[in-house]
Amino acid sequence: MGDPKGFLKVGRVEEGDRAIDERVRDWHEVHLAAPMDQVRSQASRCMDCGIPFCHQGCPLGNLIPEWNDLVHRGRLDEAVRRLLATNNFPEVTGRVCPAPCEASCVLNIREEPVTIKTVERTIADYAFAAATSDGGPLRPRPAARLTGKRVAVIGSGPAGLAAAQQMARVGHGVVVFERDDRVGGLLRYGIPDFKMEKAIIDARVTQMRSEGVTFRTGVAIGSDVRGDQLRRDFDAVVLALGARTPRDLPVPGRELPEVHFAMDYLVQQNRRVAGDAEDEARAILATGKHVIVIGGGDTGSDCVGTALRQGAASVTQLELMPRPALVRVPNNPWPEWPLVLRTSSSQEEGADRDWSVSTRSFRAESGRLVSLEATRVFLEGGKMRPVPDGDLSLPCGLALLAMGFTGPERGGIVEQLGVALDPRGNVRTDASGATSVRGVFAAGDASRGQSLVVWAIADGRRVAAGVNAWLEQQPVAHAVGA
Amino acid sequence: MPLPSPRGLYDPSLERDACGLGFVADLRRPASHDVVAKGVEILRRLAHRGAAGCDPCTSDGAGILLQLPHAHFERVLGRAGIELPNEGDYGVAQCFLSRNRTTCAAEMRVLEDAVRHHNQKVIGWRNVPVDETVVGPLGRASMPAIMQLFIGRMCPAPAFERTLFMIRKRAGSKASEAGLNAFYPASLSSKTVVYKGLALPERLEAFYLDLREQETRSKFALVHSRFSTNTFPTWERAHPYRRIAHNGEINTLRGNQTWMRAREALLESEAFGEHMADFKPIIRPGGSDSASLDNVVDFLVSAGGRTLPHVMMMLVPEAWEGHDDMPPERRAFYEYHASLVEPWDGPAALLFTDGTYIGATLDRNGLRPLKYVVTASGFVVAASELGVVDFEAEDVIEKGRLQPGRMLLVDVARGRLVGDDEIKHEVATHQPYAKWLEDNKIELADLPARAATAPLSAEERRRRMRAFGYTREDLRVLMAPMATNGEEPVGSMGNDAPLAVLSDRAQPLFRYFKQQFAQVTNPPIDPIREKLVMTLGSCLGGEGNLLAESPEQCRLLELEQPVLTNDEFAKLVGGLEDFRVAVLPIVFDARTANPGEALDRALVELCAAAERAVDDGASIVVLSDRSIDQTRAAIPSLLATSAVHHALARAGKRMRAGLVVETGEVREVADLALLVGYGAGAVNPYLAFEAIDGLDVDTPRNARGENYVHALDKGLLKVMSKMGISCLSSYQGAQIFEAIGLGSETIARWFPGTASRVGGIGLGEIAHESLLRHAAGFDAEIEPTANDEDALDAGGVYAWRVGGERHLWSPRTVAALQKAVRLEDAASYDEYARAINEQGDHPYTLRGCLDFVPVGPPVPISEVEPAAKIVRRFATGAMSFGSISKEAHENLAIAMNRMGGKSNTGEGGEDDARFVPLPNGDSKRSAIKQVASARFGVTAHYLVNADELQIKIAQGAKPGEGGQLPGHKVDETIARVRYSVPGVTLISPPPHHDIYSIEDLAQLIYDLKCVNARARVSVKLVSETGVGTIAAGVAKAHADLITIAGHDGGTGASPLSSIHHAGTPWELGLAETHQVLVLNGLRERVRLQADGQLKTGRDVAFAALLGGDEFGFATAPLVASGCVMMRKCHLNTCPVGVATQDPVLRARFKGTPEHVINYFFFVAEELRAIMALLGFRTVDEMVGRADCIVPRSLEHPKARLLDFRDLLHFADGGAKGGEGRADQFAAPELPLSLGSSSTDESLLDGARLSLKYGEPTTVQITLTNADRAFGARLAGELARKYGAQGLPDGTIVVEAKGTAGQSFGAFAVHGMLLVLEGDANDYVGKGLSGGVLAVRPPTRAVFKAHENVIVGNTCLYGATSGKAFFAGRAGERFAVRNSGAIAVVEGVGDHGCEYMTGGTVLVLGPTGRNFAAGMSGGIAYVLDEERTLASRCSKAMVDLEPLTADDEEIVRLLVEEHVQHTRSARGRSILAAWGKRRFVKVMPHEWRRVLQLRKTGS
Repeated sequence: MGDPKGFLKVGRVEEGDRAIDERVRDWHEVHLAAPMDQVRSQASRCMDCGIPFCHQGCPLGNLIPEWNDLVHRGRLDEAVRRLLATNNFPEVTGRVCPAPCEASCVLNIREEPVTIKTVERTIADYAFAAATSDGGPLRPRPAARLTGKRVAVIGSGPAGLAAAQQMARVGHGVVVFERDDRVGGLLRYGIPDFKMEKAIIDARVTQMRSEGVTFRTGVAIGSDVRGDQLRRDFDAVVLALGARTPRDLPVPGRELPEVHFAMDYLVQQNRRVAGDAEDEARAILATGKHVIVIGGGDTGSDCVGTALRQGAASVTQLELMPRPALVRVPNNPWPEWPLVLRTSSSQEEGADRDWSVSTRSFRAESGRLVSLEATRVFLEGGKMRPVPDGDLSLPCGLALLAMGFTGPERGGIVEQLGVALDPRGNVRTDASGATSVRGVFAAGDASRGQSLVVWAIADGRRVAAGVNAWLEQQPVAHAVGA
Repeated sequence: MPLPSPRGLYDPSLERDACGLGFVADLRRPASHDVVAKGVEILRRLAHRGAAGCDPCTSDGAGILLQLPHAHFERVLGRAGIELPNEGDYGVAQCFLSRNRTTCAAEMRVLEDAVRHHNQKVIGWRNVPVDETVVGPLGRASMPAIMQLFIGRMCPAPAFERTLFMIRKRAGSKASEAGLNAFYPASLSSKTVVYKGLALPERLEAFYLDLREQETRSKFALVHSRFSTNTFPTWERAHPYRRIAHNGEINTLRGNQTWMRAREALLESEAFGEHMADFKPIIRPGGSDSASLDNVVDFLVSAGGRTLPHVMMMLVPEAWEGHDDMPPERRAFYEYHASLVEPWDGPAALLFTDGTYIGATLDRNGLRPLKYVVTASGFVVAASELGVVDFEAEDVIEKGRLQPGRMLLVDVARGRLVGDDEIKHEVATHQPYAKWLEDNKIELADLPARAATAPLSAEERRRRMRAFGYTREDLRVLMAPMATNGEEPVGSMGNDAPLAVLSDRAQPLFRYFKQQFAQVTNPPIDPIREKLVMTLGSCLGGEGNLLAESPEQCRLLELEQPVLTNDEFAKLVGGLEDFRVAVLPIVFDARTANPGEALDRALVELCAAAERAVDDGASIVVLSDRSIDQTRAAIPSLLATSAVHHALARAGKRMRAGLVVETGEVREVADLALLVGYGAGAVNPYLAFEAIDGLDVDTPRNARGENYVHALDKGLLKVMSKMGISCLSSYQGAQIFEAIGLGSETIARWFPGTASRVGGIGLGEIAHESLLRHAAGFDAEIEPTANDEDALDAGGVYAWRVGGERHLWSPRTVAALQKAVRLEDAASYDEYARAINEQGDHPYTLRGCLDFVPVGPPVPISEVEPAAKIVRRFATGAMSFGSISKEAHENLAIAMNRMGGKSNTGEGGEDDARFVPLPNGDSKRSAIKQVASARFGVTAHYLVNADELQIKIAQGAKPGEGGQLPGHKVDETIARVRYSVPGVTLISPPPHHDIYSIEDLAQLIYDLKCVNARARVSVKLVSETGVGTIAAGVAKAHADLITIAGHDGGTGASPLSSIHHAGTPWELGLAETHQVLVLNGLRERVRLQADGQLKTGRDVAFAALLGGDEFGFATAPLVASGCVMMRKCHLNTCPVGVATQDPVLRARFKGTPEHVINYFFFVAEELRAIMALLGFRTVDEMVGRADCIVPRSLEHPKARLLDFRDLLHFADGGAKGGEGRADQFAAPELPLSLGSSSTDESLLDGARLSLKYGEPTTVQITLTNADRAFGARLAGELARKYGAQGLPDGTIVVEAKGTAGQSFGAFAVHGMLLVLEGDANDYVGKGLSGGVLAVRPPTRAVFKAHENVIVGNTCLYGATSGKAFFAGRAGERFAVRNSGAIAVVEGVGDHGCEYMTGGTVLVLGPTGRNFAAGMSGGIAYVLDEERTLASRCSKAMVDLEPLTADDEEIVRLLVEEHVQHTRSARGRSILAAWGKRRFVKVMPHEWRRVLQLRKTGS
């Protein structure tokens, strides 16, 4: 390895974000790319551990010590190959992943982990830049031979895309169906541009097309194409539908027009940034309003950043659970994911945050939402109990529900194919991603439940391997190119 | 008297022995009984070097070889009315026969028939009179009928001895044919007779009445007292044999036997004519190493043509290869004979005789002691020790020791002592060997150049790398360091990946083999510091008739080392007209439906093709897997090599051609070692060369190949030296490996002679794995990328990797364990233990394939002994302060002391301050003090502050190698505790230089028990096949506890190939040890400890059931203390402060004693639950209850083939024949007492006032060689009472006279002055701890003191302070690992001042070779009058320079002090002519650096 003592000589340096007052005025990425020499010296901090706990932290099994070393030694082309060997879309995870790898990094015992995510993003950015000049590491890698097998992938989120790319590269005819007008699913419409600009998805789609993947957008599987049709036309089907059913908040006032699911809000803004004309009448805008985001997770944060950029009068983010500790508590030791208070870049931009708050109702005046009525709660015996005299009322002109998702949409294709669900309502699969129906597989949030992009990619890769293995045992049913 | 048959893991072929031996010869007088009496006296005086087992009156064997006592025989036969012919006209067969009358009669008939067959005359039989009551019950039970047959000469006198040999051989082979296995002629000669048996050596004379008869006369007597590892010593295994007696061990035996067998086909002899068939096999199967060597010596001498010294020189040559001073004709002799026969290598002191000559020789290493005395009255005595025969002081004219490779010969007939040079000159000029070599020897340079095969395309290279199972790890971790630095890579923290047979991945066949290594019965070698004895040179080609001597026999290709580059290989394939090369592809059908069958067929065809090639006159057969492609897969090169090697040997064709392997499979040292070990003479790893060319490293391409070969060579030397083998030609074909996971049929057919204890896979699985790899290479898409690494698998063998090999230590287990101990969280411990214990269908360990089965009803857990009692059986492993930080080391000590367990110092000494308890009652004192080969800080004070003294013979991570502590971890404190130099890498010698054999170990145990009688002495061994036998010997050497460490144990720094490829799991070693000890009736004497990756209560339960009383843990308590398996111990960068000396990192250590204690209590509680289930209330009841274990039924395609029957053999009964129930094995926890010696008692008594009040005393005493470790007991008492500083100098003055036994003055402390007038044996001043020793010749002596030996080998080993003055010469390895003592001596043997790290040595005379090897500190001054020092000194670490004025003063004062203590004449003459002598100063580079730093005060 490059420098066994690197971690003793170089401290952790995180590259900055753009200044708040600058970045809230546009939709460009908040996070700055780090200068290459800094990344190289940061990469030298990697200790090439005997047990790289980062591997355990990363569901993809990214070969982190290997590419850290390659970056440190300036061998970026090799680093790209080593990174792409386990991760189809490092440009995405390098931006939006919460980096469980860094949490489990051995240097995080002292809370100064290697800046793995930055290194990853740097490698990915390098790959994209190289792609523009000479085709570089991102050039398409079509299969040398076609297998003659056809696979339908339903959903073009990270799981579907990863699965499609993996399967196309072994020579299957892959068709990706997306009911939206563009490819990307949650990547495109769920993540605000200030966290990830969408050109990177377009570049991937271009690459995948060259690798033989067919994208059919605007096709609603389940209605436009029904399950039996799909089974006839394809040797295998991969459900990568995501977990699109949001968790609702059934309290009085929920029906008010100013109360929205976070995803409806975020999708609109993402379309707007992409240049789509929106129906202004149905626009959900925070401009000038007191905005309350219910839910303290990443989606909530995305709402916060979006609302601030739209010019909200105030943004408040509420969380039902108590405020996490500032530092690790003893029964949450390294290398577990640290359950500590985190502040996202969006929250940093000016959100009020409050914890242990349970919403009782949305109050309207003249049919318009004016406030949110809530109660402070505490956890007792696994249940939330109200704090005596803990009622509070917050002025509110727009309420956004970001309380997570409960699973895939259950009607439609799921029902048509007849796949069994697990007790939580997700599509039940075995280790290879196979569902209860032969030839039908599922991946990503659809089978796992709401999770991280990095898990979706990992699932996509795994299901691709499962499909490949399964198809190998099936007779050829379709002519090549059919 | 056969040994017990194999049962369980016991295998009689693994028996070892070592001993004391000697001869006395009278040069002047006719044969006398006095000489016989002197021989008997030698036996008596060497009794302590032999051993007895569980029966104290039965020895391991003792014997005496005499000239035929004609007068006696004439008289006793005359009484029976038989008239004997004249002396020389008859021979005597001294026979061991069956005690069954019928069988005995048959045996007698066989011998008589043989006599008649060869037309000689049967004169008559005589019952040899013996007193059976002298021998104990064990010996009596196996006692044969002992009879003599007298045979009259009916042929010409010169042919008689040979005819007798032929009679003996014929009778032997006819007896075996008839199943008369008890028939054994101890001797059959017209010149000599052997009396031997299982009487105690001192009572041999009482047993054989003949020996007492005054008419039993001889001009010489050769005697031997045996120390065997087992207690089934058999009568025939007693020495002397017919031609030799041997002390030591032939390490290369298996190879020697194989090669000898292979040569039999080519043997022709005029003398033997058509009788040759009677002599085969030349080596009688089932014999010991010594017996086998005797067979060969006997055969070659009897065949005529070569004298006995000639035969000894060719079989046991001295180290001639790098010896520039050797006379050219002698070098030529050795070089020529190297093309005839490989050396019988191993520590050996050999006595030999043909009745006319009697001689002695040492092997090239000279590791067994042999001293001699010549007297004016005409006696020559040579023996393991000085002082075995008393002579008047003025009678002695020469006292010396045999040096490595040297020979001493007495021509009995002419009454002449012949020196080494004279004998060897005579033998070496017997033929014009040098000319023969010049005319015939071929060098690579002589072969016509030929273009090497063109390099592979990148795609093809990657295909092949995949097909041969290359991983990214192979390239990065293994090969890159070899190609860039020329070194094998170093790693740490042991191996927790599955055995090859348990792995889910396709494993190269190499991985199923583990290297064997020397422990106790023979020493490993340091191939770097003692490279002068090592050689990788060998000859390739066809050999001729061993019995002939002709120029053509050296028509061979000479190689300096066995790795051929691609260019060299191309050249070799070209060959010469009369030196042809046949290339045979080693491939099989990759498209077959039945891989096993296809592989089998291919092997059979390959062997046939090899035979045809040899028949067609090929001098070299090349096995090549170059021709693999999509349809043809490579036969594993090891399988092909071994198959062809053995097939040719069986067909009698092996010696007609050399064997070379061209393979893409070999990439690391272990691979190369295996191919050579199974018969290859040279290897061309063509793909490895291409792979390193493709590496992305900065080293220029042209240097990489050279570096890589260098690294392979260095590694191979290390692998050889682990077994104590010096010469490649002896290593070749020696099969010093054992297999784990290969089925018995596979072994029997393709790897005959290899141990494989648990069965396993067959050709089908081997072929399947080959094809899996092959498909990965040839059936997969290979992406065109810029480098090879991308095309390969991660590997993950050396460190856990996602998608790589499985490891027991994983993020999950480490995290769960740490959480458990920090939060006292039982649920987390359960998670950890389940992850380790429940291995399902993917086992990691042998115990993972096993399950418990209760043999009785369960007991309530409340009745199981409490955890607090169980944890007292736990010890932490030997991790030195140095390898781990002070914080981590002391943390373990405090934890273990709190819970009543034991922590271990490791090899690094211990700070005195830790001996004092802390105010809060805690103690940082390690209960176990380790005594390892470097003896760092092993002082009397250290030794008395111990409850257990552990002699580390081997360590699981690198058995057969010394420890190493990289210089960057040696800070001031560590250097102080180790008595060494900061910043200097510390290498421990691979062997203990005072343990070259089992009787040496007994001596060290004795020494330690003298110093601290309250401590138990334990001996740490590493599991390998045969460890049980070694352990039996260790038990007989009076150890209290034996640790059996597994191969997988941790380490702070070790070559990766050692971590992974040497030793076996402790399950095997422990079970074997327990079984063998029970069988020997020794189990009650000694406790057993299991050690090696023990992690959970389940692990402990298996260890107990397989025989463990106690349990050692190292990695797990470190993980509990915060270790996260960084595997960076060797780099000093441990980020959690465990294995580092960097103060910044040490501050990060977060472990507490509670963490460690919590861990052990979790383990104990888990164990208790298992005990309850199995119905055991105490651990004692569990020990050895292998009947509580059953194999699990497994789905794993390889693991399910394992056969655990031998491992799980339930040992009951044994040598004692008693009930031997398992729960009765419990040995005492307290140390065995040694008994007392009268001289020690009188010393203690004489010094009691000093001991009690510190008053001065003087004690006078007379010593003999049986007074061993004289002074050690007093030293221990003083250290206990007065601590490290002892008493003021000279408080106790001991004036001794005589010949001191071994370890004179060992560990003597400040305040002791021991003056000996006489001489002393080996190990004088071992561990000297401040005392002053002086040894001077008797005042009446007439010999020149400075030309004679006064003290033996390995004096001042590990001395830390004190002074020693010797008025005479010392033997080999003077002041080895001295770290502080000051010594004056008048000449030293080879390897003087080796590994020295401090102190001052003044040599007033010549030094031997290899002076100052590995010397990193201290200063030596040498009076170099003959200017030989420069050529004999190993200058890698030292400079030779003139003395400064300061030095002059130091030297002068030392000489004055020397004269004052010893009255040295030499010293006086030097002082008289002060300033006229040429002194040279030997200055280590590192020492200079340190002195300069100290001067500048930084």
